[in-house]
Amino acid sequence: MAHVSSLLFSPVANNISKKLILSNAAPAISSNLIQRCYLSSAGSHNYDIIIAGGGLVGTAMACALGCSKILSEKKILLLEGAPPKPITLKDTYSNRVSAINNSSVGLFQDIQVWDDIKGHRVQEVRKMQIWDASSPSLITFSDEDLSKPVAYIIENDLMQWALTKRLGDIPNSSVRYSSKIKDYVLPKSSSSDVPLVILENDEKLTCNLLIGADGVNSKVRSKMVTSVQRTDYNQMGVVATLSISDSTNNIVAWQRFLPDGVIALLPLSESTSSLVWSTSVEKAKSLVNLPEESFVDAVNDALLKEYPSNPFVESLLKNLNLAASVDCQIPPSIKDVQPNSRAAFPLGSTSVSRYVNSCVALIGDAAHRVHPLAGQGVNIGFGDVDCLAHQLENAVYQGYQLGRGHHLKIYQSERLKNTLPKMKAIHYLHSLYQSSFTPIVALRSVGLSLVHSMPFVKKELIKRANL
Amino acid sequence: MSVSTIVSSVAKSRSAFLCQSVRPFTTVQNGHKSSQTSVDPSTVSHHSKLAENWWDDSGFLKALQSMNSLRVPLVRDGLFQTGAACSDRKNTPRPLEGLNIVDVGCGGGLLSEPLARLGASVTGIDASAELIEIAQQHAQLDPSLQNRLTYIHTLAETHACEAEAKYDAVVSSEVIEHVKDKHFFIEQCTKLLKPRGSLFITTLNRTTLSWLGGVVMAEYVARLVPQGTHQWELFIQPSELQIMLEKYGCFTKLLHGMCYNPLTDEWHWSQNVSINYAIHAVKTD
Ligand SMILES: Cc1cc2nc3c(=O)[nH]c(=O)nc-3n(C[C@H](O)[C@H](O)[C@H](O)COP(=O)(O)OP(=O)(O)OC[C@H]3O[C@@H](n4cnc5c(N)ncnc54)[C@H](O)[C@@H]3O)c2cc1C
Ligand SMILES: C[S@@+](CC[C@H](N)C(=O)[O-])C[C@H]1O[C@@H](n2cnc3c(N)ncnc32)[C@H](O)[C@@H]1O
Repeated sequence: MAHVSSLLFSPVANNISKKLILSNAAPAISSNLIQRCYLSSAGSHNYDIIIAGGGLVGTAMACALGCSKILSEKKILLLEGAPPKPITLKDTYSNRVSAINNSSVGLFQDIQVWDDIKGHRVQEVRKMQIWDASSPSLITFSDEDLSKPVAYIIENDLMQWALTKRLGDIPNSSVRYSSKIKDYVLPKSSSSDVPLVILENDEKLTCNLLIGADGVNSKVRSKMVTSVQRTDYNQMGVVATLSISDSTNNIVAWQRFLPDGVIALLPLSESTSSLVWSTSVEKAKSLVNLPEESFVDAVNDALLKEYPSNPFVESLLKNLNLAASVDCQIPPSIKDVQPNSRAAFPLGSTSVSRYVNSCVALIGDAAHRVHPLAGQGVNIGFGDVDCLAHQLENAVYQGYQLGRGHHLKIYQSERLKNTLPKMKAIHYLHSLYQSSFTPIVALRSVGLSLVHSMPFVKKELIKRANL
Repeated sequence: MSVSTIVSSVAKSRSAFLCQSVRPFTTVQNGHKSSQTSVDPSTVSHHSKLAENWWDDSGFLKALQSMNSLRVPLVRDGLFQTGAACSDRKNTPRPLEGLNIVDVGCGGGLLSEPLARLGASVTGIDASAELIEIAQQHAQLDPSLQNRLTYIHTLAETHACEAEAKYDAVVSSEVIEHVKDKHFFIEQCTKLLKPRGSLFITTLNRTTLSWLGGVVMAEYVARLVPQGTHQWELFIQPSELQIMLEKYGCFTKLLHGMCYNPLTDEWHWSQNVSINYAIHAVKTD
C-alpha cells in the first residue's frame, strides 16, 4: 500500500551535504501516508481527488491541494507508476535543471517548500543575455542595477525532493508509488458517474475529480474528448553540467541563437553552469558521443565563435538606429564537462484544445509541452497548479461537489489565455531562428534590437514570462 | 408530527386553519371560498413539469444553476456579516456548521445542496411533490449530504406552524415572483426566522426591462426557460418588497442587482436592479 520514498542524501563531507542531511531529519515516514479512503458502494476505493502522475507538476498539485484549509477534508491520492526512487543530491550537480520564474517561486512559498529548496542550493540569475550569432543584435533582461533575480536555476531533483517531503507532512493526501495506471473510464458530461481508475494490478479506484499530470504522453488525455496537435522539431536537447574557467560572479543566463539551433548556459554555482543546447538530431547524437575535450571545444565554439554577420542586416540596424547600444558581453569559457552528465532529449511541442471534461482536468506537460527555448515548460505547469488549486477552493467554498460546476471551465479558459500566446511565441521564435535567410535574420534582429531599445516593451515581456 | 396532530392540538386558531392546507393543496376549505395561501397551483404544476430536467446542466435550468455563484456567497458571507456564522469558520471546509437554514420553494434543491455542503443543516420545502422527489433522489448522489439535508413537501405557511422561529436563515430564491399573496408569503417566511435571523430573497423586478429580458427574451427569443414560466404582473419591485419586509420586522441590510450573460452563462453583481436582484434582510429582536 502506501510507500514512502526514501529521501536520502549521500553523505559527502562538505557543508552542503551536512545541511542536506540535517533537514532530512524531518519525519520521512509519516503515519499520514496511511491510505485514507472509504469503500464506495461499488466496492472500489473512493477518493475526492486522484492525481495521475507524480512528476514535478503532479507532486506540486498534491501539495497545493493539501495545503488548502478549505480542502482540508478532501481525500487526495497521488499515483505514480515508477517505484520510489531515493533522491540523492550529490555535491556534483544533476544535469536536469530548470529556470524557475518568480511566479513559480510564489507557488513554492505558498506551499512552503521554498525555504527548503533555497536552503540547499539555488542559483539566482540577475541578468539574461540573448544574442544572435549571425547579426549584431542582442537583448538583455535584468532588474535595474541587477538587484533582484529574474529567475532561479534549480535542479529538478531538488524540487522533487522538497515537494515529496512536504507531501509527507500533509495529513489528507497520500502517495502510492509503483502504481501504474492501466486504464480510465471517464464519465460522460452531465451524467452523475465519477471517473474510474484501473491499476495494472486490476485494482479499481474511483474519485470525484481526476487530475491528469501524467506527462507528455498522457493517458488521461487520450481518454478525453480533445484534439492534440503535435509538432516534432526534428531536434534534440543536449544537456550537460559544465565547469567554467574564470569562476567569478556567475549570475548571468546566456542564450545564443545559432544558425542550427539555440545554446543556453545557465549558472549553477560560481564555477558550474548547466548546458541546454537544442540542435539537429544528428548533431545532438554526435555531441553526446564526442570525447570530453572535443565536446568542450564544440560548446566554446558555439558560445564564442564569430559568425560572418550579414552586411545587409548590419546596415539595416544602423539605419534604424538600432545598432546594439549595450555591448555584447562575452560568456565565460568552458573548462570541463562533468563526466557522465551528457544526455540528449527529443524536443517536440504538444498542444491540446481542451484541458477539462466533466470531472477531469489536465495539468503540466499532459496539457502542453513547449520547446525548452524559453525555459517556460515547468513554469507553465506550476502556473496550472496554482490556478487549478484556486478554482477548486472557490468551487468547494461555494458548495459545489468537486469536479462539478463551472470552475473547471474557468481554469481551462484562464490557462488557455495564458499558455496559448506563450506557445505561439515560442513556436514562432523557433521558426524564426531556424533560418539564415536574410529577410528572416533581418526580421529577428530588428525584433530583438527593437525590443531591447524599448524598456517598456521589455518590462512587459519580463512580466509575461513571469506569469 | 403529522398534520392531524397539529390540527387537533392547535384547535381553531388561525395557524391551525392554515396548517390544514397542507393536505391536498386545494384552496377550498370547508365550503368557504379560497382561504389565504401562498401558493399558486398553476405555477407549481408548471415547475413540476420541469422536474426531470432540473439538474441537467444543459437544460432550462442552467441559469438557475449558475446563479449559485452569486447566491451561495450571498448567504455565506451575509451570515458572517450578521455574526450568525462564527468568523473563525471563514475559509474552512464548513463555514456554516451549526446553522439551521430553510430553503422555501427549494424546487429540485439546486441551492439547498450547496448550503448543506457548507455545513448548514438545511430543510428544503416545496409545494411540488415531484420536485421534492427529484431533490431527494439527487441528494443521494452525494453521501456527504446525508445528515445535513431534509426535504419536505409542504407549503411555507404549514411549515411556519411547525417550525416557528427555528431558523437562523430563510432562503427563498426565485420563488416570490410566482406567488400571488406576497404579504402572506413574506409573513410566513419571517415567522420561520429566529430573532436576528437573516432572510435572503432573490427575484425579478417589475420593470419594462425585466419584461423584455426576463419574459420576452428568456422565454420566447433565447428560449432559456420554457414559455409560461413567468407572469410579469407578479414580479415585485425592490421598494415594494422592502416595505413588506419592514411590516414583518425585517430590515434590509443589502440590496444588489444581478446580471446574467446568457452567452457565457455567467452571473455578476451589479448596481443595476432593473431585472434580477437579491435582498438580505435581518429580523429585529
Ligand atoms: C531537455 C529539456 C530541458 C528542459 N528545460 C526546462 C527549463 O529550463 N525550464 C522549464 O521550465 N522546463 C524545462 N523543461 C520542461 C520540463 O522538464 C517539463 O515541462 C516538466 O518536467 C513537466 O513535468 P510534469 O510533471 O508535467 O511531467 P513529467 O515530469 O513527465 O511527469 C509525469 C509523471 O507521470 C508518471 N506517469 C505517466 N504515466 C503514468 C501511468 N500510466 N501511471 C502512473 N504514472 C504515470 C510518470 O512516471 C512521471 O513521473 C525541459 C524539458 C526538456 C526535455
Ligand atoms: C423557480 S423555482 C425556484 C427553485 C429554487 N429555489 C431554485 O432557485 O433553484 C420556484 C419554486 O417555488 C415553489 N413554490 C412556489 N410557491 C411556493 C410556496 N408557497 N411554498 C412552497 N413552494 C412554493 C415551486 O413549486 C417551485 O419549485
